[in-house]
Amino acid sequence: MSVTYAKTPMRVQDPAVRRNNFDEVALGYTLDEAMAEAGRCLQCKKPMCVAGCPVNVQIPAFIKALTKGEFESAYNIINETNNLPSICGRVCPQEEQCEKQCILSKKGEGIAIGRLERFVGDGFLDNEEPANRALPSNGQKVAVVGSGPAGLTAAADLAKFGYEVTVFEAFHEPGGVLIYGIPEFRLPKALVKKEISKLKALGVRFLTNVIIGKTLTVDDLLEDGYSAVFIGSGAGLPRFLDIPGENLNGVYSANEYLTRINLMKAYDFPHSHTPVKHGRKVAVIGGGNVAMDAARCALRLGAEEVHIIYRRSMEEMPARAEEVKHAREEGIIFDILTNPIEILGQDGWVKGLRCVKMELGEPDESGRRKPVEIKGSEFDTDFDMVIIAIGTSPNPLITASTPDLKTTRFGGIMVDEATGATSKEGVYAGGDAVTGAATVIQAMGAGKRAALAIHRKLSEKACINFAVNLNAAK
Amino acid sequence: MYKIIEKRTLAPGVHFMRVDAPLVARSAMPGQFIILRVLEEGERIPLTIADYDRTEGWVTIIFQEVGHTTGLLAELGIGDHILDFAGPLGRASELDRYSRVLCIGGGVGTAPLYPQIKHMHEAGTEVDVILGARSRDYILLADEIRRCCSRLYIATDDGSLGHKGFVTDLLKELVSGGERYDHVIAIGPLVMMKAVSALTREFMIPTTVSMNPIMVDGTGMCGGCRVTVGGKTRYACVDGPDFDGHLVDFDEAMRRQQMYRQEEKESHICRLPGMGGQVR
Ligand SMILES: Cc1cc2nc3c(=O)[nH]c(=O)nc-3n(C[C@H](O)[C@H](O)[C@H](O)COP(=O)(O)OP(=O)(O)OC[C@H]3O[C@@H](n4cnc5c(N)ncnc54)[C@H](O)[C@@H]3O)c2cc1C
Ligand SMILES: Cc1cc2nc3c(=O)[nH]c(=O)nc-3n(C[C@H](O)[C@H](O)[C@H](O)COP(=O)(O)OP(=O)(O)OC[C@H]3O[C@@H](n4cnc5c(N)ncnc54)[C@H](O)[C@@H]3O)c2cc1C
Ligand code: SF4
Ligand code: SF4
Ligand code: FES
Repeated sequence: MSVTYAKTPMRVQDPAVRRNNFDEVALGYTLDEAMAEAGRCLQCKKPMCVAGCPVNVQIPAFIKALTKGEFESAYNIINETNNLPSICGRVCPQEEQCEKQCILSKKGEGIAIGRLERFVGDGFLDNEEPANRALPSNGQKVAVVGSGPAGLTAAADLAKFGYEVTVFEAFHEPGGVLIYGIPEFRLPKALVKKEISKLKALGVRFLTNVIIGKTLTVDDLLEDGYSAVFIGSGAGLPRFLDIPGENLNGVYSANEYLTRINLMKAYDFPHSHTPVKHGRKVAVIGGGNVAMDAARCALRLGAEEVHIIYRRSMEEMPARAEEVKHAREEGIIFDILTNPIEILGQDGWVKGLRCVKMELGEPDESGRRKPVEIKGSEFDTDFDMVIIAIGTSPNPLITASTPDLKTTRFGGIMVDEATGATSKEGVYAGGDAVTGAATVIQAMGAGKRAALAIHRKLSEKACINFAVNLNAAK
Repeated sequence: MYKIIEKRTLAPGVHFMRVDAPLVARSAMPGQFIILRVLEEGERIPLTIADYDRTEGWVTIIFQEVGHTTGLLAELGIGDHILDFAGPLGRASELDRYSRVLCIGGGVGTAPLYPQIKHMHEAGTEVDVILGARSRDYILLADEIRRCCSRLYIATDDGSLGHKGFVTDLLKELVSGGERYDHVIAIGPLVMMKAVSALTREFMIPTTVSMNPIMVDGTGMCGGCRVTVGGKTRYACVDGPDFDGHLVDFDEAMRRQQMYRQEEKESHICRLPGMGGQVR
C-alpha cells in the first residue's frame, strides 16, 4: 500500500464571496472525500495521535470503523471521550494537538482528524441521544453552573450516570463561548442548539437568566438540595490595554463586539434590536482566535479595511493556523511587531491609533521571544473603530460570593487537576474558570473528569449510607 | 417567562409593573437592577428594581418610554409575559451609615430612589427629599415618598408644581439656609447628577450618584458599561451602579450614552408604520 502524504483538501466558500456573508466558511467532506482521507491512516500500533488529543479520542479505531462504512460505530467510539465531535472537529487547534503528533506529519501532512471527526459527528446531529443510554434517575440532584463546553460535557455525563442535572446559565441562551463568542461562519449556531437539545432529551434541565453569585449563591445551591455543584463559568472578564483613549466611542472589547453580533444578532439590525457600530477602517488588537473572529466579523459588516495589530511575529500568533489562513485570504491586513500606545480621538470618537514598532528579543519564561520596543518608531494610522482582543480572565462574581473557594493568583478557581475538586466540599470546577482562557476540548476534558469524580464521590456516599442503614436495620 | 401581575401608568409614558420573578426577589436589595428582554429579537436593557417582596416573589419596575425596547415593554399588559428577566445585578446601595440624608430624584430617577428612601426611613435615618421633573405630570411617587421622609420639596421646569426651576436651586437654598446633611444621594439624568455633584463638592457634602450607561450582559463580561471614576475605569454593572459623584467623569459618560444615537433613530424610523420596516 502506498502512503499519501497530502491531506484531502476541504472545499471552502470563495473568499471574495464569503467576506460578505456569515455562512460557514469550510464546507466539510463529502463521503468520498472522507473515505479518501480515512484511507490514508496507517492504523499505527502505537498511535501518536491519541496522545496528542487532550481527551484521548481513540482515533485509529474510529477511522477504521469509518473506512468500513460503520458510521454509527465510528460515532460511538468518538463519543466515549468526546460528546461534541461536530464542534471539536471545527474548532480544535488540531495542528497543535492530534494532527501534530500523527506519524504522517513527520514526512508530510498528518491525517485530517478534525475534519473526519466533523464528518462523523455531522451525520448524527439529528439523532437525539437514545434516552435509554441514561440510567434511570438515582434521585440525586447536581447543579452545573455555566453552559459552555465544560458545563455541557459535565451535564451530559452526569445525566448518563443517572443524576438529575440542572444547568444554571447567566445569559438568556445556553452555549457559552460557542454561542456568544465563536461566530456563525466558523461554528453554525444551529449545530450548537442541536447538541443542547440532545442534552434536554437526556433529561438535563436548563435554567437561563440565573447569575450564580447574584441570583443564587453556590451555598444557596447546596442548601437547596444539590448534592454537588460543578462550576464551568468560563473566563469572561475582558482585559483592556490601559492606554489613553480606551473609553472613546468606537472602542470595543472583543467580548462586547462579538456578543452584540453573535448572541444579539446585531448584524441583522434593525430587524434584531441590538445595534453595533460598523467601522470603515478597523483595528483589532491581539493575535488569538478571538482577534481573528472579531476582524472577520468587522469585514463582514462592511469594513473597507481591517488590520490585525499584533506585537509579536506570525510564528508566535496563538490563533488556529486555519483561521489565520482564512483571514488572510479574506483580505485582513496583518500589522505584526506593532504595539498600540494610544487611541487617538476627535470629538469623543476614535480617529486613529498611535503605535510603536517592536523587535523580538530574548525568549521569556514561556519560551517565546519577547517583543521589545524600537525607540523612536512611533507612527499614527487612521482608524474609526478599535477592538481590543488581548485576552480575558475568570469573572470574580462566583469566587467573591463564595469565600471558602480558593483561587489562584490570576483569579482562577483552585482545583485538584485529576478530579476538579475545589477547596470547598461538594464543589467542583473546570474549564476556563480554572485555567483562564484555553480551548474547547480542554474545557470538555475537565468537565468529563469532574463528572466522573462527582459520580465516584456521591456513589461512595450512597454506599456508606446504604451500609449504615443496613446495620441499623439489623 | 416572567408574568406581569400588575401594571399602572404613573405619568405620560411612565409605567409601573409588578413582575412575578421569585428568584430575583429572593436576593434583591435596594440599588440593584435587572436586565430584561421583551422578545426573541429584542435588546437586553437594564431597569432598576423599584421594590420587591421575597415571600410573594415579585419585583416592581418603573420605566419611561424613551425608545424601542421601553416602547415594546409598555405595550405589554397584565397577564402578559416578559421573555427574559435576569437579576438582581449590581451592588446594593450602602445606606446604613448615615444619620441625615438628602435624596434628589430627577424624572424617572425617582423610581430607583424610592426603595432607598424607604429602606433608610425604616432604618431610622432622617431623610429629606427633592423631586424634580419637567412638569407636575412627571413628578413620580410623590405620595409614596411623602409617607417615608421628613420633608419633601418639589421643583418643576415650568413651575406647574412646587418651585419653578431646577432641583439644584432647592439644594442650594437648603444648604445655604443652614441645613446639615451628612450625605446626598442623587439619581436622575446625567446632567442633573453632574450639576448636583458640582454643588455638593462646593459644600463638601459626600455624594452618591447612580450611573446608567449602555449595558449588554450586566455581569462584567463586555466592558461596554465602563465609566471613569477618579481617573480609573470601572464597570457600572458590577462595581456600581452607585459611585462617588465627586469622582465621576460625567462628560465622558454623557458622550458614551450617545454612542448609538444614530442607530436608535434609524430603528425608530424603520419601525414607523408605512416606512417599509417590520415591527418585530
Ligand atoms: C471568540 C472566541 C473564539 C474562540 N475560538 C476557539 C477555537 O477556535 N478553538 C478552541 O478550542 N477554543 C476557542 N476559544 C476558547 C474556548 O471557546 C474556551 O476555551 C471554552 O469555551 C471554555 O469553555 P468553558 O465551558 O470553560 O467556558 P465558556 O464557554 O466561557 O462558558 C461559560 C458559561 O458560563 C456562564 N456563566 C459565567 N458566569 C456565570 C455565573 N456567575 N452564573 C451562571 N452562569 C455563568 C457564561 O455565560 C457562559 O455561558 C475561543 C474563545 C473565544 C472567546
Ligand atoms: C443600572 C441602570 C438602571 C436603570 N434603571 C432605569 C429605570 O429604573 N427606569 C428607566 O426608565 N430607565 C432606567 N435605566 C435606563 C434604561 O435602561 C434605558 O432607558 C433603556 O435601555 C432604553 O432602551 P430603549 O430601547 O427604549 O431606548 P433606545 O432608543 O435604545 O435608547 C434611548 C436611551 O437609552 C439608552 N440605552 C439604550 N440601550 C441601553 C442599554 N442596553 N442599557 C442602558 N441604556 C441604554 C441610550 O443611551 C439612550 O439614551 C437604567 C439604566 C441602567 C444602566
Ligand atoms: S477532540 Fe480535538 S484534539 Fe481530540 S482528536 Fe478530536 S480534533 Fe483532535
Ligand atoms: S498517528 Fe496518524 S496514521 Fe497513525 S493512527 Fe494516528 S492518525 Fe492514523
Ligand atoms: S454591562 Fe457588560 S460589563 Fe457591564
